[in-house]
Amino acid sequence: MPVTKSPFSLRLLAVDMSKVMTSDTTPIKATSTEKVDQEISIQREDFSLAEEVALLEKDNLTDGAVVTFTGRVRNNNNGNSVTSLTLEHYPGMTEKSLANIISQAKERWQLGKIKVIHRIGELAIGEQIVFVGVTSKHRHDAFAANEFIMDYLKVDAPFWKKEKITKAGSVSESWLAAKSSDTNKAKCWS
Amino acid sequence: MIKIVFFAALREQLNCAEMSLPADDVQTVDDIKQLLSNKSEQWQQTFSHASLLSAVNHDMVKGNHLINAGDEVAFFPPVTGG
Repeated sequence: MPVTKSPFSLRLLAVDMSKVMTSDTTPIKATSTEKVDQEISIQREDFSLAEEVALLEKDNLTDGAVVTFTGRVRNNNNGNSVTSLTLEHYPGMTEKSLANIISQAKERWQLGKIKVIHRIGELAIGEQIVFVGVTSKHRHDAFAANEFIMDYLKVDAPFWKKEKITKAGSVSESWLAAKSSDTNKAKCWS
Repeated sequence: MIKIVFFAALREQLNCAEMSLPADDVQTVDDIKQLLSNKSEQWQQTFSHASLLSAVNHDMVKGNHLINAGDEVAFFPPVTGG
Protein backbone atom coordinates (compact mmCIF):
# COMPACT_ATOMS: atom_id res chain seq x y z
CA MET A 1 0.00 0.00 0.00
CA PRO A 2 1.45 3.41 -0.92
CA VAL A 3 2.31 5.58 2.04
CA THR A 4 0.33 8.78 1.90
CA LYS A 5 0.58 11.66 4.29
CA SER A 6 -2.61 12.11 6.28
CA PRO A 7 -3.83 15.60 7.20
CA PHE A 8 -2.86 14.64 10.75
CA SER A 9 0.82 14.24 9.96
CA LEU A 10 0.78 17.43 7.93
CA ARG A 11 -0.68 19.25 10.88
CA LEU A 12 2.05 17.91 13.14
CA LEU A 13 4.72 18.91 10.65
CA ALA A 14 3.38 22.43 10.83
CA VAL A 15 3.95 22.62 14.60
CA ASP A 16 6.19 25.52 15.49
CA MET A 17 9.08 23.76 17.23
CA SER A 18 10.10 26.94 19.02
CA LYS A 19 6.95 26.44 21.08
CA VAL A 20 7.82 22.87 21.99
CA MET A 21 10.76 23.79 24.18
CA THR A 22 9.46 26.37 26.58
CA SER A 23 9.96 27.28 30.21
CA ASP A 24 8.88 23.87 31.53
CA THR A 25 11.68 22.09 33.36
CA THR A 26 10.99 18.87 31.52
CA PRO A 27 11.07 19.69 27.80
CA ILE A 28 9.74 17.00 25.52
CA LYS A 29 11.79 15.74 22.63
CA ALA A 30 10.90 17.26 19.30
CA THR A 31 9.59 14.07 17.74
CA SER A 32 6.00 15.08 17.04
CA THR A 33 6.17 14.02 13.39
CA GLU A 34 6.88 10.40 14.39
CA LYS A 35 3.85 10.10 16.63
CA VAL A 36 1.21 9.46 13.99
CA ASP A 37 0.90 5.72 14.46
CA GLN A 38 1.97 5.46 18.07
CA GLU A 39 -0.42 4.53 20.82
CA ILE A 40 0.99 7.08 23.28
CA SER A 41 1.64 10.76 22.81
CA ILE A 42 2.82 13.22 25.46
CA GLN A 43 2.57 16.63 23.87
CA ARG A 44 2.23 20.35 24.45
CA GLU A 45 0.04 21.00 21.45
CA ASP A 46 -3.72 20.48 21.41
CA PHE A 47 -5.36 17.53 19.66
CA SER A 48 -8.45 17.21 17.49
CA LEU A 49 -11.09 14.73 18.59
CA ALA A 50 -12.29 14.34 14.99
CA GLU A 51 -8.78 13.60 13.72
CA GLU A 52 -8.15 11.08 16.49
CA VAL A 53 -11.41 9.27 15.78
CA ALA A 54 -10.58 9.24 12.06
CA LEU A 55 -7.21 7.63 12.87
CA LEU A 56 -8.84 5.00 15.08
CA GLU A 57 -11.28 4.16 12.27
CA LYS A 58 -8.70 4.27 9.46
CA ASP A 59 -7.97 0.84 7.92
CA ASN A 60 -10.19 -0.63 10.63
CA LEU A 61 -13.35 -2.23 9.27
CA THR A 62 -13.48 -5.05 11.82
CA ASP A 63 -14.31 -2.94 14.86
CA GLY A 64 -17.87 -1.74 15.34
CA ALA A 65 -17.21 0.16 18.57
CA VAL A 66 -15.20 3.35 19.05
CA VAL A 67 -15.18 4.78 22.58
CA THR A 68 -13.38 8.03 23.34
CA PHE A 69 -12.84 10.03 26.50
CA THR A 70 -11.63 13.62 26.62
CA GLY A 71 -10.61 15.33 29.86
CA ARG A 72 -10.73 19.13 30.05
CA VAL A 73 -9.57 21.85 32.45
CA ARG A 74 -12.42 22.82 34.81
CA ASN A 75 -12.90 26.38 36.02
CA ASN A 76 -13.39 25.23 39.62
CA ASN A 77 -11.88 22.87 42.15
CA ASN A 78 -12.72 22.41 45.85
CA GLY A 79 -14.80 25.58 45.75
CA ASN A 80 -11.98 27.70 44.34
CA SER A 81 -12.02 29.52 41.05
CA VAL A 82 -9.30 28.01 38.83
CA THR A 83 -7.49 30.26 36.33
CA SER A 84 -5.20 27.69 34.67
CA LEU A 85 -3.38 24.39 35.16
CA THR A 86 0.25 23.48 34.62
CA LEU A 87 1.07 19.84 33.98
CA GLU A 88 4.44 18.34 34.76
CA HIS A 89 5.51 14.78 33.99
CA TYR A 90 8.44 12.39 34.33
CA PRO A 91 9.71 11.87 30.75
CA GLY A 92 10.46 8.22 30.07
CA MET A 93 8.55 6.83 33.03
CA THR A 94 5.30 8.36 31.78
CA GLU A 95 5.53 6.50 28.47
CA LYS A 96 6.56 3.25 30.18
CA SER A 97 3.71 3.49 32.66
CA LEU A 98 1.09 4.18 29.97
CA ALA A 99 2.45 1.36 27.78
CA ASN A 100 2.08 -0.98 30.74
CA ILE A 101 -1.53 0.11 31.34
CA ILE A 102 -2.35 -0.35 27.65
CA SER A 103 -0.85 -3.83 27.57
CA GLN A 104 -2.88 -4.81 30.65
CA ALA A 105 -6.04 -3.57 28.93
CA LYS A 106 -5.18 -5.66 25.86
CA GLU A 107 -4.84 -8.73 28.05
CA ARG A 108 -8.25 -8.22 29.64
CA TRP A 109 -10.35 -7.29 26.62
CA GLN A 110 -10.42 -7.91 22.90
CA LEU A 111 -9.31 -4.57 21.52
CA GLY A 112 -8.47 -3.12 18.15
CA LYS A 113 -6.72 0.26 18.18
CA ILE A 114 -5.81 2.30 21.24
CA LYS A 115 -4.64 5.90 21.53
CA VAL A 116 -3.68 7.82 24.67
CA ILE A 117 -2.75 11.50 24.47
CA HIS A 118 -1.77 13.55 27.51
CA ARG A 119 -0.84 17.20 27.30
CA ILE A 120 1.81 18.94 29.40
CA GLY A 121 2.66 22.57 30.12
CA GLU A 122 0.27 25.38 30.97
CA LEU A 123 -3.37 24.85 29.98
CA ALA A 124 -6.19 27.39 30.15
CA ILE A 125 -9.77 26.76 31.31
CA GLY A 126 -11.70 24.60 28.89
CA GLU A 127 -8.60 23.26 27.14
CA GLN A 128 -8.28 19.54 26.50
CA ILE A 129 -5.87 17.68 28.82
CA VAL A 130 -6.21 14.02 28.03
CA PHE A 131 -7.62 11.72 25.36
CA VAL A 132 -8.22 7.98 25.50
CA GLY A 133 -9.60 6.25 22.42
CA VAL A 134 -10.30 2.53 22.14
CA THR A 135 -11.84 0.44 19.37
CA SER A 136 -13.26 -3.05 19.63
CA LYS A 137 -15.62 -5.37 17.78
CA HIS A 138 -18.37 -4.67 20.34
CA ARG A 139 -19.10 -1.85 22.75
CA HIS A 140 -18.63 -3.66 26.05
CA ASP A 141 -14.88 -4.20 25.62
CA ALA A 142 -14.34 -0.67 24.30
CA PHE A 143 -16.26 0.99 27.16
CA ALA A 144 -14.59 -1.11 29.85
CA ALA A 145 -11.05 -0.76 28.46
CA ASN A 146 -11.41 3.00 28.07
CA GLU A 147 -12.47 3.42 31.69
CA PHE A 148 -9.77 1.01 32.88
CA ILE A 149 -7.05 2.99 31.07
CA MET A 150 -8.29 6.31 32.52
CA ASP A 151 -8.60 4.88 36.03
CA TYR A 152 -5.03 3.56 36.00
CA LEU A 153 -3.64 6.66 34.28
CA LYS A 154 -5.01 8.64 37.24
CA VAL A 155 -3.09 6.63 39.84
CA ASP A 156 -0.03 5.23 38.03
CA ALA A 157 1.16 7.61 35.32
CA PRO A 158 3.63 10.22 36.66
CA PHE A 159 1.83 13.48 35.86
CA TRP A 160 1.31 16.29 38.36
CA LYS A 161 -1.10 19.21 38.16
CA LYS A 162 -0.42 22.61 39.61
CA GLU A 163 -3.39 24.95 39.64
CA LYS A 164 -3.54 28.71 39.58
CA ILE A 165 -6.45 29.82 41.73
CA THR A 166 -8.05 33.16 42.37
CA LYS A 167 -9.27 33.79 45.90
CA ALA A 168 -10.59 37.15 47.00
CA GLY A 169 -8.91 38.79 44.03
CA SER A 170 -5.42 37.38 44.66
CA VAL A 171 -3.85 34.67 42.51
CA SER A 172 -1.90 31.78 44.02
CA GLU A 173 -0.46 28.49 42.77
CA SER A 174 -0.66 25.12 44.44
CA TRP A 175 -0.04 21.46 43.59
CA LEU A 176 -3.14 19.32 43.53
CA ALA A 177 -3.46 16.63 46.19
CA ALA A 178 -4.12 13.08 45.02
CA LYS A 179 -7.67 11.86 45.68
CA SER A 180 -8.26 8.62 47.57
CA SER A 181 -11.41 8.15 45.46
CA ASP A 182 -9.15 7.74 42.40
CA THR A 183 -7.05 5.10 44.16
CA ASN A 184 -10.18 3.24 45.25
CA LYS A 185 -11.63 3.40 41.75
CA ALA A 186 -8.51 1.81 40.24
CA LYS A 187 -8.52 -0.90 42.91
CA CYS A 188 -11.97 -1.98 41.75
CA TRP A 189 -10.39 -3.49 38.63
CA SER A 190 -8.06 -5.84 40.51
CA MET B 1 27.07 6.67 40.73
CA ILE B 2 23.31 6.80 41.19
CA LYS B 3 21.23 9.54 39.56
CA ILE B 4 18.45 10.89 41.74
CA VAL B 5 15.59 13.00 40.38
CA PHE B 6 12.74 14.85 42.10
CA PHE B 7 9.41 16.01 40.70
CA ALA B 8 6.54 18.42 41.30
CA ALA B 9 5.98 19.65 44.88
CA LEU B 10 8.95 17.60 46.08
CA ARG B 11 11.33 19.31 43.66
CA GLU B 12 10.07 22.71 44.76
CA GLN B 13 10.30 21.93 48.49
CA LEU B 14 13.87 20.69 48.12
CA ASN B 15 14.76 23.29 45.51
CA CYS B 16 16.52 20.45 43.70
CA ALA B 17 15.61 18.68 40.45
CA GLU B 18 18.52 16.29 40.19
CA MET B 19 21.57 15.06 42.10
CA SER B 20 23.87 12.08 42.27
CA LEU B 21 25.19 9.81 45.00
CA PRO B 22 28.09 7.34 45.09
CA ALA B 23 26.58 3.86 44.61
CA ASP B 24 28.68 2.45 47.45
CA ASP B 25 26.90 4.61 50.04
CA VAL B 26 23.51 2.92 49.71
CA GLN B 27 21.92 -0.50 49.19
CA THR B 28 18.20 0.21 49.04
CA VAL B 29 15.76 3.00 48.25
CA ASP B 30 15.15 3.40 51.99
CA ASP B 31 18.91 3.91 52.49
CA ILE B 32 18.78 6.82 50.03
CA LYS B 33 15.81 8.34 51.85
CA GLN B 34 17.64 8.02 55.15
CA LEU B 35 20.80 9.56 53.76
CA LEU B 36 18.94 12.48 52.19
CA SER B 37 16.87 13.05 55.33
CA ASN B 38 20.10 13.82 57.17
CA LYS B 39 20.87 16.76 54.86
CA SER B 40 18.69 19.30 56.66
CA GLU B 41 15.42 19.79 58.48
CA GLN B 42 13.68 20.58 55.18
CA TRP B 43 14.89 17.33 53.60
CA GLN B 44 14.01 15.41 56.74
CA GLN B 45 10.49 16.83 56.67
CA THR B 46 10.01 16.14 52.96
CA PHE B 47 11.13 12.53 53.24
CA SER B 48 8.99 11.83 56.30
CA HIS B 49 5.79 11.98 54.21
CA ALA B 50 4.25 8.52 54.08
CA SER B 51 2.66 9.20 50.70
CA LEU B 52 6.03 9.81 48.98
CA LEU B 53 6.48 7.53 45.94
CA SER B 54 9.70 6.15 44.52
CA ALA B 55 10.70 4.71 41.16
CA VAL B 56 13.86 3.01 39.97
CA ASN B 57 14.63 3.06 36.25
CA HIS B 58 11.05 4.24 35.53
CA ASP B 59 9.29 1.51 37.53
CA MET B 60 7.45 2.18 40.79
CA VAL B 61 9.25 0.37 43.66
CA LYS B 62 9.03 -0.17 47.41
CA GLY B 63 11.57 1.01 49.98
CA ASN B 64 13.41 -2.32 50.17
CA HIS B 65 14.22 -2.27 46.43
CA LEU B 66 17.95 -2.88 45.85
CA ILE B 67 19.97 -0.19 44.10
CA ASN B 68 22.73 -0.75 41.56
CA ALA B 69 25.32 1.63 40.17
CA GLY B 70 23.93 3.51 37.18
CA ASP B 71 20.32 3.34 38.38
CA GLU B 72 18.02 6.34 38.07
CA VAL B 73 16.03 6.78 41.28
CA ALA B 74 13.06 9.15 41.39
CA PHE B 75 11.08 10.54 44.30
CA PHE B 76 7.73 12.26 43.84
CA PRO B 77 4.33 12.93 45.41
CA PRO B 78 1.23 10.87 44.49
CA VAL B 79 0.35 11.49 40.85
CA THR B 80 -2.49 13.79 39.76
CA GLY B 81 -2.73 13.56 35.97
CA GLY B 82 -5.69 12.88 33.73
